[in-house]
Amino acid sequence: MDAIQQAFVVESRELLQAMEDNLLQMESSGGDAETINAIFRAAHTIKGGAGVIECKFIVEFTHVLENVLDEMRSGTIKPDPELIEVLLACSDQLDSLVGCVESECEPDDEVNKASVALRQKLQRFLGNPAAATGGVVPSEAKVEVSGGGGEMETDNWHISLRFGHDVLRKGMEPSAFLRYLNELGRIVHLVTLPDGIPDADEMDPESCYLGFEISYQSDADKAKIDSVFDFVRDDCLIHIWPPHSKLADFISSIEELPEDTMRLGEILIKCGALTQQELDQALSVQSDRSQETEAQPRIGDVLVKQGAVTPEVVEAAAVKQSKVAEKKSLESQLIRVQAAKLDLLIDLVGEMVIASAGANMLAHRSGEAALVESTSVIAMLVEQIRDSALQLRMVQIGDTFTRFQRVVRDTSHELGKDIELVISGSEAELDKSVVEKLGDPLMHLVRNAIDHGIESPDVRVANGKPARGTLRLNAYHESGSIAIEIIDDGAGISREKILAKARDRGLIGSGQVLTDSETYNLLFEPGFSTAEKITNISGRGVGLDVVKRGITSLRGSVEVESNEGAGSTFRIRLPLTLAIIDGFMVGVGKFTYVIPLGTVVECIELTEKDRVETANRQYINLRGGVLPFVRLREQFEIAEAAGRRENIVVVQYAGQKIGLVVDELMGEFQTVIKPLGSIFKHIKGIGGSTILGSGDVALILDVQSLVALATVQQNRGQTAEALRV
Amino acid sequence: MKKQHTTTIKEDMTIYNAGRQKDMLLKALEGCQELDIDLSQVGEMDTAGFQLLLLAKREATKASKSLRLTGHSKAVTDLMDLYNMAGYFGDPVVIPAEEGAPRKAANGRQAT
Repeated sequence: MDAIQQAFVVESRELLQAMEDNLLQMESSGGDAETINAIFRAAHTIKGGAGVIECKFIVEFTHVLENVLDEMRSGTIKPDPELIEVLLACSDQLDSLVGCVESECEPDDEVNKASVALRQKLQRFLGNPAAATGGVVPSEAKVEVSGGGGEMETDNWHISLRFGHDVLRKGMEPSAFLRYLNELGRIVHLVTLPDGIPDADEMDPESCYLGFEISYQSDADKAKIDSVFDFVRDDCLIHIWPPHSKLADFISSIEELPEDTMRLGEILIKCGALTQQELDQALSVQSDRSQETEAQPRIGDVLVKQGAVTPEVVEAAAVKQSKVAEKKSLESQLIRVQAAKLDLLIDLVGEMVIASAGANMLAHRSGEAALVESTSVIAMLVEQIRDSALQLRMVQIGDTFTRFQRVVRDTSHELGKDIELVISGSEAELDKSVVEKLGDPLMHLVRNAIDHGIESPDVRVANGKPARGTLRLNAYHESGSIAIEIIDDGAGISREKILAKARDRGLIGSGQVLTDSETYNLLFEPGFSTAEKITNISGRGVGLDVVKRGITSLRGSVEVESNEGAGSTFRIRLPLTLAIIDGFMVGVGKFTYVIPLGTVVECIELTEKDRVETANRQYINLRGGVLPFVRLREQFEIAEAAGRRENIVVVQYAGQKIGLVVDELMGEFQTVIKPLGSIFKHIKGIGGSTILGSGDVALILDVQSLVALATVQQNRGQTAEALRV
Repeated sequence: MKKQHTTTIKEDMTIYNAGRQKDMLLKALEGCQELDIDLSQVGEMDTAGFQLLLLAKREATKASKSLRLTGHSKAVTDLMDLYNMAGYFGDPVVIPAEEGAPRKAANGRQAT
């Protein structure tokens, strides 16, 4: 895929998203002119872009769509739920067509069939003019039809030419083509567009910068006129509109003019939509009025009043003006950067962090105060660079959330439910790579909540709840990680049902007592479903375990809270970034380990008394509470005997505290995470590796799995103790 | 800086001379407040040459200077008519009474 196609795919995706948002807005609050315009512009720009990359199947499809949207703009077609449904389907279809461009393949039969079906549906909304006049509501249709859908009054051809820069150098002369046109017919009116000439410094005298708008009278057919430009076709933009073209097509030609903020009147003349005299007349009316009254009527209004142009044409030109201005301001605020470049930068920053740690260590060893000071300043700067580099990759989660508007709408329609999506915390930021992988698990949980969580309206009313259900997506930051909540006010999950099911399947013993969180955690077991009936949305039992696996692979976790009858909350916790973390270094024997600093709560000494007491058990008494712990020495099977002193690092994950018994506390350390090879992926308790300033490798502890491990051990230990008594 | 200056172009305004003529015209425009360009000796003009006139006119307008084209030769008027740009320059073009009449009679000039 070349750069232009890539740009097209990226731009189209954004436009389709905007189109969908606007369609949904139109559905919920009725479409005002601005919304319809925005949808039209999106479709139009996609069509234009598809034309540039010569992607015929998108152009063909979008053309019909554009016609319908245009009729909507002019008010001939009113948006109704059925139409919006079709338009949403069209936006989906465009998305899959863009996908075809992305994967560089022609659309397969299925996609083509869908295109044809949608085009037919769209055609039905357009109706054919004959049917419309002889139809059921002829009078209304007639009133609604305005210039926007009508034909151009002139019986001349209109030719729009933009010569390419190299035309002159190739020995071709634009005037020769125009003279030849005059032989084939008659140029009624011609406007030269000098606007393309760049500043004097940049202007290359041998390049051609001119464009022409020509009103042309000829009996020749289109192919004949077209053939005049055979020699320059590759370098030029050529549009030929036959006599009595649709005004809509004509308007779109306005939008394709070179992007300069031009005076409205000029644009219109240049398109041949009105003549110089008409403009002059309008201008004189404008200045007359401004002498009488202070307020200057807009030239567009004046022209419309004089009947020189239809409102649609003026509007399209005005939209172009504001769009040029809009685009300019946006361009200055944002830079598009390839993700790969950012990744490279972050890799380099990672190496720099390691190098700076090495320099720091050597400086300390040398004992030279000045050197120590300067390396510590460098270390501080590196830390800031690291933070801002990581910040570059941070994106707000809001975009991911808004995408679910559509999912909620579609799924709830399908199920006959009335559900409102409330989004909060959308400004919370997290790493782009995390966001990308978050989509699937989130989608699953949202669909789950709609299908199983929220009841149908009549059930809700019967239970004294409002008929309209609420689904909330919420995000917030929490000690070095981000928490994302999917909250529904539906039926909640029945503990008893889960327990019964788990006993059925032999996951737990009949006498076993589970805590709430343990119970709900069963939901994430493979093949576990409490749904009584299987729908095509969820309930097949292949789901939550996949969600859990997806989240775990991002070093995150997921938990459930539920109140039967009042709803449930699924909470996902994820680390903010996958690349660099602040770590806390500890030593066991001669090995070094790194604990993510965000999880460390406190460090305490393991006293002599505790050491004796804990010889046979896996917990200590911490200020009156039970603190289960893991001896890293045993966990990682380090052969050396324990040192004279041991410490406990208290870590916390998802509200659960455990202790990690280590020999030595070595302090904070910026850690660049290097992933471990796949052969190590079964080792419990290790999340990755890093390189220390000395060049040694240290392992990064996976606190989440250690917490799980300690909790299990403690339970087992307690059961064993209980049995001994 | 001189107030008024007249440049006479004595060669064809075609792509072969365009590079040189661009610098020449811009320099002439820089040196004065009102520039007259005498086109009476331009035997041939193509789009590249025509673009230079457009550029000069635009640069003059940008710098609030005045630029007048005078003594349009047939080659110039032909192209200007084809491109329908006489209005853009706004200079009076004197059409010879009969085609092929001596060119110097056509050098009408007005101050405004």
